[in-house]
Amino acid sequence: MTATAMKKQNTKPAEPEVNQATAAEHKLNSEEYARVLKIMGRTPSFTELGIFSAMWSEHCSYKSSRVWLAKLPTKAPWVIQGPGENAGVIDIGDGQAAVFKMESHNHPSFIEPFQGAATGVGGILRDVFTMGARPIANMNALRFGDPNHPKTRGLLKGVVSGIGHYGNCVGVPTVGGETNFHSSYNGNILVNAMTVGLADADKIFYSRGARVGDQVIYVGAKTGRDGVGGAVMSSDSFEGDVQDMRPQVQVGDPFMEKLLIEACLELMATDTITAIQDMGAAGLTSSSVEMADKGGVGIEIHMDRVPTREEGMTPYEMMLSESQERMLVILKPGIEAVAEAIFKKWNLDFAVIGSITDTGNLVVKMHGEVFAEMPVRPLVDDAPKYNRPTEPTPAQPILDATKFPLKNSVLQTLKQLLGTPDLCSRRWIFEQYDSLVRGMTANGPGIDHNGGSDAAIVKIPNNKKALAITTDCTPRYCFADPVQGGRQAVAEAWRNITCTGALPRAVTDNMNFGNPEKPRIMGQFAGAIEGMAEACNALDFPVISGNVSLYNETNGNAILPTPAIGGVGVLADVSKRMTIAFRTAGEAIILVGGTPGHIGQTIYLREVHGREEGAPPPVDLAVERKNGDAVRELILSSRVTACHDISDGGLLTAIAEMALPKNIGAELTIGADAATCFGEDQARYVLTCPAANAAEVLSELKSAGVTAEQIGQTIGATEIRLDGEKIALAELRTVYDHWLPDYING
Amino acid sequence: MKNKPLASILVFPGTNREHDISGALRAAGFETKFIWHTETALPASDLIVLPGGFSYGDYLRTGAIATLSPVMGAVREVAAKGVRVLGVCNGFQSLCEAGMLPGVLLRNGHLKFNCKFTPLRAENNNTDFTRQYRKDETFPCPIAHGDGNYTAEADTVKMLEDEGRIVFRYADNPNGSMNNIAGIISADGRVMGMMPHPENAVNELQGETAGLKLFQSLYEAVA
Repeated sequence: MTATAMKKQNTKPAEPEVNQATAAEHKLNSEEYARVLKIMGRTPSFTELGIFSAMWSEHCSYKSSRVWLAKLPTKAPWVIQGPGENAGVIDIGDGQAAVFKMESHNHPSFIEPFQGAATGVGGILRDVFTMGARPIANMNALRFGDPNHPKTRGLLKGVVSGIGHYGNCVGVPTVGGETNFHSSYNGNILVNAMTVGLADADKIFYSRGARVGDQVIYVGAKTGRDGVGGAVMSSDSFEGDVQDMRPQVQVGDPFMEKLLIEACLELMATDTITAIQDMGAAGLTSSSVEMADKGGVGIEIHMDRVPTREEGMTPYEMMLSESQERMLVILKPGIEAVAEAIFKKWNLDFAVIGSITDTGNLVVKMHGEVFAEMPVRPLVDDAPKYNRPTEPTPAQPILDATKFPLKNSVLQTLKQLLGTPDLCSRRWIFEQYDSLVRGMTANGPGIDHNGGSDAAIVKIPNNKKALAITTDCTPRYCFADPVQGGRQAVAEAWRNITCTGALPRAVTDNMNFGNPEKPRIMGQFAGAIEGMAEACNALDFPVISGNVSLYNETNGNAILPTPAIGGVGVLADVSKRMTIAFRTAGEAIILVGGTPGHIGQTIYLREVHGREEGAPPPVDLAVERKNGDAVRELILSSRVTACHDISDGGLLTAIAEMALPKNIGAELTIGADAATCFGEDQARYVLTCPAANAAEVLSELKSAGVTAEQIGQTIGATEIRLDGEKIALAELRTVYDHWLPDYING
Repeated sequence: MKNKPLASILVFPGTNREHDISGALRAAGFETKFIWHTETALPASDLIVLPGGFSYGDYLRTGAIATLSPVMGAVREVAAKGVRVLGVCNGFQSLCEAGMLPGVLLRNGHLKFNCKFTPLRAENNNTDFTRQYRKDETFPCPIAHGDGNYTAEADTVKMLEDEGRIVFRYADNPNGSMNNIAGIISADGRVMGMMPHPENAVNELQGETAGLKLFQSLYEAVA
């Protein structure tokens, strides 16, 4: 601090004294606080301490995960921007780029589900349009507790309604997602939101690039006290009554966000921006520090110029507020008027709050008084980085399927499974999302009469291309074997994109785990990363962005490890897109991939035998690649009429999901045993083709070295027939459609 | 060659289906132009469109604040001269709030936002908006709204029924609307409002094409 500032300190509003105890309240441990003292060479001010605590929170610094994240493959010729920016960017041809990322809003959504989920969507949208991209699709990955837990129903209703509220209002279609239930999420639900945007490949905007003399511009909504300390709260476990934390949850305004999107994209077209970042976690602190650090410059900002909506806010509160719908923009000097006119048109707050300096320091002033003066580089570079001890998950036994026989007829068992929380229809959820706005949704939940697809398909305007988008993870596999689970999450995303005919291109990851200070949890993290890295390498499917959410624990109980994967692929010609529905009677049904009948960790084992045990199905990445490439080739050469991957619930569940949309039945010739019908072996697909072409399709698959066989045919009767038994599709539809609405209506 | 007819599409802060409806109008042969809500005059137009979205965030009643926009004065003026006006979803809500159509759109009966294709019946095909439909032609049309529950005084509904002004009716009521009303027209046949989104059912990609007939009907009426 300068001498003048020190002298004036007597006249400025008093800040609380800083000591070891204050640091501990800010979740800085004694070692970290010692590091703060060393960097500062003195006791930090209260505002400075707040800035350190936010920047060094798990949420902002990735201190427990960085050493592991570095192991993920992030490069490919089509990757324009990998991890480290607001979102990742891939080249999709024709001078265009897809920009995407997935991010968690887990802790806030548990405390206040509607606002927590809504602001999660708002935050990820900002990450994407900050890069200069127009958001064209939203996705999500949701995990809730046991349906019988007293909180689950309300959390589900609140989260779904919050996601819909925000996405619907900003006019970005929510085109898909996944939802699971498991008791491990009783105290920590997961809300992972993903946005995909479209930009010109040569007009991407970054948070790097600030130059000395540039102006620092604040735009968007006013700053309030909401979310103060949010990043720190999100970096801790829950204990006791979390309702006390409600003031730390931000409140979203999608209408404001819609204006902000339009205004920012308009400003970006003027070539006046040198760097831009949204104010997400740790708001003004992280946006100003990160942009100064990436530009290798200093930054001076004046709190009295920040638009506020509450009286008497302190610099500490303003720097740590997580009020939504705000951006920090670094503009070339002298052209503020251009920017101001645009923001005025959209009725948004606009303020020049400071400038870029050559001091290398972050300086925070209010009415001329200095509240913080600290070096930027150590704030980022000297952030703690932990290589925490890991303990591997013990290997689980491979279960003998014959020990877990059917307890009822095979088709009655199918009916039972389709009426369970993890396999039933998600209609009650997806109909609350506007999946059609923008008019480019070629396959999404809102047009399931079109046939449904394993990945959503969103067309690129004025082009015949489309993007295929999916979110996937099977947490029970990850818990039993983090390495196989990590592989499987990536492989399933790749497979779902392949089923549409699209070429899988890149992924974003959202790593949701428990307390990393426990070796077993850190071992889950390390294992999942190992498996993901293997799969990303084998499938040419690099990670281009991501987010880590740790400390998902309540009273010591951790969630299942959940490395959610958001995958994006490119379909060169949208008219080639493939759907899952059986199209017509009399077609051949072909099973691609081998069926040894893996029973461990299946939905069948859990729902029918009440057991969650055994090793998960192994993922052979070479087979995965070979099978998927062959299937895609058949789709693109128009020799397939339907395609669906086999995942939760196994082969018979997949068949039912293909039969139900257009009410076309099937006669099957497979064995009527649990392992064949409900085993969850990987790298498998179900295809249909005209009966006359079946021999050719099979021989082509065989010549590619792919295991495949005809397992039946589609039929005119609206029923599934197997082993002398039959069941009406109407009977299956009743249980499939009704579980979720019946549950909600309690 | 004759110029294409012009459709002026109003854009309020929070409007979000302006590009969707512009695409549908262009596919039917219209030229389209976006008109920002602060404009006080409109270009000479053959059609005025109020598209879907959440004008001004809809924090008061849906569509309520849009009716106070400067541009709405100009809309009333040209409508009085007989220019056709189409309001879809939030645009329908605004036309009702502005008193240009009777009734009001309340919260859906089931209280949730609802997006899906639902069967829609074109009951009156003798309007400038629907002539390309067969009488009672029923087609799947998207809806995407939380406030689509059409409500009016009993005698207003009776008047609409008696005068054949219920242009579109739901075959499977998704929101609790009185008499399954999905779209209505003004007494002079020049102003129509509807909750469903025909502009999202105009090409093979979207899974349905019957929505295009509405825009083609309008084109035939004005070209």
